Amino acid sequence: MEIGQILSSKKLIVETLEQIKSRVEAAVSGAKIEIVQNPGPANQPSLLIDNEHAVAVASFLRDDPKLRLDFCSNATGVDWLDRTVKKMVKVKTIVEGVEKEVDQTTEEKIPGYLEAVYHLYSITHKHGPLIIRMRTADRADGARLPSLTPVWRSAEFQEREIFDLYGIRFDGHPDLRRILMWDEFVDHPMRKDYRDPDDYEYEPTPHDEVLERAKRHYAPRPQLDGAENIVAGGDALNR
Amino acid sequence: MTEAIDEGLRSELQRQGVWVTSMQELYNWGRRNSIWPLQFGLACCAIEMIATAASRYDIARFGGEIFRPSPRQADLMIVAGTVTKKMAPQIVRLYNQMPDPKYVISMGACAISGGPFKQGYNVLKGIDRYIPVDVYIPGCPPRPEALLHAFMELQRKIDSQKLTGDNKAEHLDPAQPSEFPVPAFGEHDLEPPANPSLFHPPKIERQ
Repeated sequence: MEIGQILSSKKLIVETLEQIKSRVEAAVSGAKIEIVQNPGPANQPSLLIDNEHAVAVASFLRDDPKLRLDFCSNATGVDWLDRTVKKMVKVKTIVEGVEKEVDQTTEEKIPGYLEAVYHLYSITHKHGPLIIRMRTADRADGARLPSLTPVWRSAEFQEREIFDLYGIRFDGHPDLRRILMWDEFVDHPMRKDYRDPDDYEYEPTPHDEVLERAKRHYAPRPQLDGAENIVAGGDALNR
Repeated sequence: MTEAIDEGLRSELQRQGVWVTSMQELYNWGRRNSIWPLQFGLACCAIEMIATAASRYDIARFGGEIFRPSPRQADLMIVAGTVTKKMAPQIVRLYNQMPDPKYVISMGACAISGGPFKQGYNVLKGIDRYIPVDVYIPGCPPRPEALLHAFMELQRKIDSQKLTGDNKAEHLDPAQPSEFPVPAFGEHDLEPPANPSLFHPPKIERQ
């Protein structure tokens, strides 16, 4: 078969996510699976699988004769910071002796976590993708996930990349080292709170955030800019 | 010295079949017409460098076609492409391994300043933070003609280098360094982030 035919014969998975979810939960006892809707133009909902049974669930998805998701094409990380979700809830209250429905906003605080997302395809059945996610307990010490490299070998380098850039430690990974940055590096640059090193001493055309950071290397000019614009650490490089 | 000979006398002698030259002229003539570049490329600028070396642009016309796979045999380092912070120590080490006299062409926006990746955490903001650069070529990537232009500029520079006197070439002055410290991989950045004896960012006049 030619490559064009293979690509054009690619099709979506026949089963719905709900069917896959119920079949997986029946096959792997104790597995908890949640369907994460992803409204938007792409509209790619995914399965959130629990870390404890992740390897068993992944093995099922790979080996099940109807699914045969034998190809992990992509593994990536996502950093979710702490966030608050505002919800409008209708609450029945008694106002001036009359029962009324009143809108009330409730705030839900969701602590931050890191996520690993895998895109699965089937070479055998030429269908896909099925997207699965795993979430860490928190963004610090609990950022551990089970490695899916034993299930899909192609995840090895990509899990190393996630470890390098997001700091998720994959338990069961055969060779978990940094892959892009050097071994002595301690930061995780794709995290949203990462601060890159300050080498902004020569910016010929600075603007926006770069301008703000470059200003710290300029000599303060209080008579022109006003004293309040002097930032700490200015004149660090003999300007 | 060439300056010691009257140009009119020189051309008169040449007409009579006597060719007068100086040691310096002969030496620089030989050097500038056999510049051997170090064979390595870092990114898309390397593709343009390869095109420059191939038959259409043919850097052999200027004596620069012998790309050496070893720094020990190279005269010229063409830093062609993005220098990542992970690669920078290796570049400096290769430069240190080249014998004097040695020259550096910083090819393209990335090698000059980091280019489009200037604000990236992983990209060195210009190779001149660690090694001295003789010719800068702007462009993203520069066309082969631009590299040839830079090559000819370098030949002009070599031609004008003095063998004796106070302003003789750097490689003939034992006080001038020929090796530069290799930066170490630090916890957050390369250490040091620039060689302070080498890197002097131009002062920017703010309006």
